[in-house]
Amino acid sequence: MPHTKRRGAWADGHARTIVSPLELKSRWGRKIYWTLLATVLIGFTLIFVFPLYWMVTGAMKTGEEIAQMPPTLFPESPDFSVFTDAWELFDIGTLLKNTLFYAVGAWLFALAVDVSAAYALSKLRPMFGNVILAGMLATLMIPPIVVMIPAYITVTDVPIFGWHLLNSPWAIWFPVAANGFNIFLLKRFFDSIPNEILEAAEIDGVPPWRVLVSIILPISRPILGVVSIFTVVLVFKDFVWPLLVLPDSDKMTLSVGLSQTAGAVTQNQIMAGLVIASVPMIIVFLFFQRSIMAGLTAGSLKG
Amino acid sequence: METLTKEPTRQAAPPRGPRPPTKRRRGARRNLIAYGFLCAALFCFAMFAWWPIIREVVLSFQQTNLVDDPEWVGLDNFRTVVDDPAFGQAWRNTLVFTLLALLCGYVVPFAVAIVLNELRHARAYLRFVVYLPVMLPPIVSVLLFRWFYDPGPGLFNQALDLVGLPTLSWLDSTSTALISLVIVSTWMNLGSGVLIYLAALQNIPGDLYEAAELDGAGILKRIWHVTIPQTRLILLLMLMLQIVATMQVFIEPFMLTGGGPENATVTVVYLMYQYAFVYGGNYGAGSALGLMLMVVLLAVAAVQLRLTREEN
Repeated sequence: MPHTKRRGAWADGHARTIVSPLELKSRWGRKIYWTLLATVLIGFTLIFVFPLYWMVTGAMKTGEEIAQMPPTLFPESPDFSVFTDAWELFDIGTLLKNTLFYAVGAWLFALAVDVSAAYALSKLRPMFGNVILAGMLATLMIPPIVVMIPAYITVTDVPIFGWHLLNSPWAIWFPVAANGFNIFLLKRFFDSIPNEILEAAEIDGVPPWRVLVSIILPISRPILGVVSIFTVVLVFKDFVWPLLVLPDSDKMTLSVGLSQTAGAVTQNQIMAGLVIASVPMIIVFLFFQRSIMAGLTAGSLKG
Repeated sequence: METLTKEPTRQAAPPRGPRPPTKRRRGARRNLIAYGFLCAALFCFAMFAWWPIIREVVLSFQQTNLVDDPEWVGLDNFRTVVDDPAFGQAWRNTLVFTLLALLCGYVVPFAVAIVLNELRHARAYLRFVVYLPVMLPPIVSVLLFRWFYDPGPGLFNQALDLVGLPTLSWLDSTSTALISLVIVSTWMNLGSGVLIYLAALQNIPGDLYEAAELDGAGILKRIWHVTIPQTRLILLLMLMLQIVATMQVFIEPFMLTGGGPENATVTVVYLMYQYAFVYGGNYGAGSALGLMLMVVLLAVAAVQLRLTREEN
């Protein structure tokens, strides 16, 4: 599964595609190519970037200007104080702190739980290991939202233990760790690590947890990166679940908090709030683009 | 990605020492250690994945308020759900939404990916831009579009006005509300489809196209006879994933229309949410509806597994 060739969603090879280089070089080929390129560039920018531009500039317009018809393309006197207003009105400080806490906690917890499970299933091979794996993968067919009612009831009163987890970060962390896709990705990677290394370690009397920490984890860095980012992004983007299990306003996530307050503030303040909420994810995307693209294709393609 | 290309080295003979424990003892110990590593995951799955699925079935046949003991009510919950005037509407809307979202969100990304794969310039920029909305929290996209749909100063009507077309009432009319939701949903999810297809297209060996070209196949024929057969498995997988994803539509009606106007945008998950969390905690009816949706989604998954198996 690990790629050796730089091929995939991020490599810009100039491999032969549908249109042959010769066809491209013909007079018509060139004309069509440049027209198409221009159309795609302009189209994509209009469809995917312009809405975000409208969001940022909309935030900086005054109440009168934002309601003006026809609208202005640039704010007449860009007003940056709206961002501090939105920060206070939405209480973004608290929301962002909560969300980061949930995201980082989910990342650490899910990674610890899923890595140990995948390691056991891949290398220690216990009895009924395949049954357990099948049960974990089966959950991929039933999206969490479909069982949100029983899941919510479970959180209000965890069976056997009797914990009440509403407004507790564990209401986010436990379900995030129960992620069949993570287990699948990790196990598939661990399967590709030759057993000889582990056998040698076993003969030398190295305990399994040491094998995991000092042999397996260092070579699994790429897949750990993919799983980490996907977990953090998942927590950041989730809406319905945190809406149900974190009802207290001082425990809310950023997404839920924005939706609760959006009715009570002005249009430009809403936009300012949305801009602030978008920044963390865009930063993550800029930094980890490669891992994200790798993870997207790892799950769907035979690498 | 890094990879391990270590030749298996020949093991030295094990050192002579005390005899190793018998196989069975070692097996038991090994199992114990393995289950030690597994226990946290088993707990999380049991409590928050497997148990809720079983509980959904149980709750469907019970009436419960979470305080008193639940009471078995047979098929009453199902009757409540089916007799609700919104029931047929919710399924119809969900199916229409799914079909429209497939038209926009399944065919379009594949076409876009084919075009992107032919381009030799600005590829990094285009890839980045198309995935940007996917990275945004859905609430951001939804609230942003709510403003665009504003019938007065909203961007869409202003743009229509600018080019001299009649304006629309978007979310406020029964005829356009659902399609408005599809547009938002497509805008925020298109990117992942495009990138997955693009990766699949890049794995098609170039000589297949050369061979097709030598046989005199034009561009459309090459797509039909080379591109599509080569990406058949991924197309199949994505079709099912898309169906499953779009059937769960919730945040769009929840934030944009509240299911209105006149139930034109009530979806199954939204109705389920209302039973359980808006109208006085009817968990039984909500679970019964959820169970129906679960059966439909499992059927979709089963079809997909069968088709994939036949392909292989």
